[in-house]
Amino acid sequence: MLMTNLKHVESVDEHKKIMEENENVMICCGRMGPMCLPVYDIMEELEDKYKNVKFYDMDFDGPDAHVIKNAPECAGFMGLPFTMYYKNGKVVKATTSIQDMDQVTSILDEYFEKSEYQHSKVAD
Amino acid sequence: MDDIYDVIILGAGPAGLSAGIYASRAKLKTLILNEGTIGGQVILTHEIANYPGVETTNGFQLINTMKKQAKEFGCTIKANLNITGINLSNKIKEIEVNSSDTYKAKTVILALGGKPRTLNISGEENFKGRGVSYCATCDGEFFTDKEVVVVGGGNSALEESVSLAKYVSKLTVVHQFDHFQALPYYVEMAKNNPKINFIMNSELRGIEGEASVKKVKIENLSTGQISELNTNGVFIFIGYSANIDKVKDFITLNSSGEIVVDNNMKTNIEGVFAAGDCIAKRYRQVTTAVADGTIAALSASDYIMNLE
Ligand SMILES: Cc1cc2nc3c(=O)[nH]c(=O)nc-3n(C[C@H](O)[C@H](O)[C@H](O)COP(=O)(O)OP(=O)(O)OC[C@H]3O[C@@H](n4cnc5c(N)ncnc54)[C@H](O)[C@@H]3O)c2cc1C
Repeated sequence: MLMTNLKHVESVDEHKKIMEENENVMICCGRMGPMCLPVYDIMEELEDKYKNVKFYDMDFDGPDAHVIKNAPECAGFMGLPFTMYYKNGKVVKATTSIQDMDQVTSILDEYFEKSEYQHSKVAD
Repeated sequence: MDDIYDVIILGAGPAGLSAGIYASRAKLKTLILNEGTIGGQVILTHEIANYPGVETTNGFQLINTMKKQAKEFGCTIKANLNITGINLSNKIKEIEVNSSDTYKAKTVILALGGKPRTLNISGEENFKGRGVSYCATCDGEFFTDKEVVVVGGGNSALEESVSLAKYVSKLTVVHQFDHFQALPYYVEMAKNNPKINFIMNSELRGIEGEASVKKVKIENLSTGQISELNTNGVFIFIGYSANIDKVKDFITLNSSGEIVVDNNMKTNIEGVFAAGDCIAKRYRQVTTAVADGTIAALSASDYIMNLE
């Protein structure tokens, strides 16, 4: 069970529904460990600023996490968390291990429309 | 934005959050600005068993409680920022964030903490998450029945080696000296583990592979000879260094690059205090960081009272 303020993806069915209903989605699949917490934290912070993106986490040890773990884009990944970026249900980018704010926002800006949020603005 | 804070604290690890708790409880208008995730190194810690008064906990829980306490006393906390300017030379100190917003304060507490050292060799950044790791507990299972190299010779390196040995088929510790810095207890545990081998007096010179790590280049420091070792992973535990990059041009540091303070956590600049792992001291623990943060906040409070 992930203790974050993000919405959780709990099952394959839910994953499918999210893909069908949303254009831009970021899912971080991990545990409550030191490499994963900073990514959840960044996502929580970006939720308000990237209204065009839906942010979720998924428990790496959950029964349905194979939907991410076995994705071809994650082949060769050996570092938690596995973070996926989907556009219209298709994976446009996947990263392994810890990422910082700049790395996450540059992926969001590259693959999804740039948000109104200016990176120069302070997060409240 | 033009408001003047009594205290701006740079850093939201245990030192910064403790300073935040004490300063805001003393009714000082307090702002904590943090680069990165709130919690600092503590969120790297799976288990904390030596924080008095708290039975075994994890870093996430401990830091969440500290954050909650600071906020409840009225402290404002902003995280995941980029501190782009620090001007401490005037009576009113100025901190610029994300190249745009400037915050002003009568005092500043530097609670900048430390960060894990990296090797800075070819392949390290490229293979992060594809064989290069800094966390055995997080990534150990991906190396089940594989061979790995651990770089380092301190407590963390040897403790993490023993924990990794549960997964891997073979583990080679590469250490730059001919002896370990770790406590004898950790050395003994590692030496008694049949899966763990040692290459002493040696340093990694490169990490190579394709989709993931395949081999490392190792230099024997006595002979200068470079050899190759096939491996599936490289775990790096070579210690921590103080985060002083943004203050080193105007804050007095010791020869190890740590901030010099007096007993009241005062730095060389009037109205500027420092606390926690970034200061020159021998023992770096949550308890010592929390104590430093407390002293820094109370000293800042004194300083402000004397201004008025
Ligand atoms: C793996 C590991 C295990 C540990 N286990 C234990 C343990 O079991 N018990 C124990 O007591 N101690 C333990 N420690 C030590 C303990 O975590 C540290 O001593 C403590 O976190 C130091 O607190 P700090 O606030 O000084 O610094 P940090 O925790 O390093 O926090 C500093 C914060 O400042 C931020 N920052 C850096 N530069 C700037 C800047 N320019 N502006 C704004 N913010 C900035 C950082 O992002 C960070 O959030 C462990 C450390 C590690 C790495």
